[in-house]
Amino acid sequence: DDKLLTEPLNHPDFFSVKELFTLKDLFDARVHLGHKKGCRHRFMEPYIFGCRLDQDIIDLDQTMQHLQLALNFTAHVAYRGGIILFVSRRRQFCHLVESTARACGEYAHTRYWQGGLLTNANIQFGHGVRLPDLLIFLSTLNNVFEPHVAIRDAAKMSIPTVGVVDTNCNPCLITYPIPGNDDSPAAVELYCKLFRMTIIRAKDKRRQSEAIEELR
Amino acid sequence: LRLVYTTTAVQRKNVGASGPEKYTEAFIKKQIEEFNLGKRHLANMMGEDPETFTQEHIDRAIAYLFPSGLFDKQARPMMKHPTEIFPEQRKIQWGEDGRPFHFLFYTGKQSYYSLMHETYEKLLNIQKHQDQLTVQDLPLQKGKRNLAGSRWLTKIELEEMLLEKLSDDDYLRFIQLLQKLVALPCADIEEEYIQKFSKEVPVQLQKAVIEPLQYDEQGVAFSTGEGKRKTARATAVVYDNGSGKITVNGIDILHYFPVLQDREQLLFPFQFLGRIGKHDMVCTVSGGGRSAQAGAIRLASAKALRSFVTEKEVEFMRQAGLLTVDPRVKERKKPGQEGPRRKFTWKKR
Repeated sequence: DDKLLTEPLNHPDFFSVKELFTLKDLFDARVHLGHKKGCRHRFMEPYIFGCRLDQDIIDLDQTMQHLQLALNFTAHVAYRGGIILFVSRRRQFCHLVESTARACGEYAHTRYWQGGLLTNANIQFGHGVRLPDLLIFLSTLNNVFEPHVAIRDAAKMSIPTVGVVDTNCNPCLITYPIPGNDDSPAAVELYCKLFRMTIIRAKDKRRQSEAIEELR
Repeated sequence: LRLVYTTTAVQRKNVGASGPEKYTEAFIKKQIEEFNLGKRHLANMMGEDPETFTQEHIDRAIAYLFPSGLFDKQARPMMKHPTEIFPEQRKIQWGEDGRPFHFLFYTGKQSYYSLMHETYEKLLNIQKHQDQLTVQDLPLQKGKRNLAGSRWLTKIELEEMLLEKLSDDDYLRFIQLLQKLVALPCADIEEEYIQKFSKEVPVQLQKAVIEPLQYDEQGVAFSTGEGKRKTARATAVVYDNGSGKITVNGIDILHYFPVLQDREQLLFPFQFLGRIGKHDMVCTVSGGGRSAQAGAIRLASAKALRSFVTEKEVEFMRQAGLLTVDPRVKERKKPGQEGPRRKFTWKKR
């Protein structure tokens, strides 16, 4: 059992996450397009490649690295049987995100976030709830263009977060930010596809390893 | 620092703060076994057969053995099946490893949001189907739903269906989504799904049965009707092939109702249908005053006339207010006031 858990940690890319996407895929899905110069957040400046006709372009090389780290981390969490919660407050993609979560066998929350969900869970859900082990944000802003409350709450409860940050978002409290577009349907569908494939891959690998261990 | 002497009472745990008791399945099972055993003991005590000892017998036996003069029925000793006594509690929503069963568990309102998710999926299905039809250049069917004959589920019915509390906004949103779904042209595909949330509203009129005409010895058609107004009760028998004669309690209306207004009230149904000289009427009336008796006879005659007339004219009569019982009665006097509404004269000093 110990070997099952320590074995993946010895490899830098145990789940071969790099093969799932290429730079061309990201470009075709319009992940590099950001908001206008006026909406730019100060802390996103390191991730921005440049500005063309007032529109910010995100540096896809950095996005590739961040995306690889984030997918690797989610794969490890899913391998260890952790609870993953997909969060997004965009009405356009609410259905897509919920279907993705259902397909992976994980959980989603694309509705109004009640204040004490993470911080007051024992009283809201009953005694002995298990909190999510990872939060994935498909969009870090809520409907009023302010940072989602869940980022702060997850930081309070020491829950790691993975989030797609656009040029108008604050990447501060997110453990694995992914600078990229969160508004185009193509980009969001690409992210959903990637997360779904990593999680399913990790779970399959876990089942295979357990089966091999049992045979011994 | 002085050592303060504290009693053992302080050291006891605050039992009330733990919340409502959790009834485990094992506990409920034990209670059911004890209840069944107790039922058999009670049957033996009362000298009845344990096999055919129903809940009614139990209630009577307990009332006999433990007579209580308490007013509140819930406070008296009772012996009921444990499922009626212990309230149904929400079962634990997660498995042994802690993972919740439902994928929307962390939203708080899992059944409601999963319902919204499903309904939206149906909407997307219909839109996809529509797109396919437009690609093939086929016409879109416009299904005519009977909007007047059906209503959506009420908030309470929906709460019972989902076993979850809803807020008014949530309910409104769901109904708006359903209406949007129904408004699309190809909504016939998801008709089954929509029918889960709509209920038939039987038209009230169909409940009122119109009696067929009866024939007396000479072959003249007649029909009876009953009416009431305030405290007056009246029965009217309307005969066909008449000359417009109306008798009340054996007395002609000219003598019984000297006031013109009352006679107008009696004639109104006939005038409305244009049958003034065509029917005879014999009525009996008791109770009430002059105006009340006139109103009661009017209602009775209108009800009797329904049998002589087509359904469309019955609908016209109903809309004219001839078939509705007048609900106005004398309002009671309240203490501290002189009459139902009139207050005592206010004196400044």
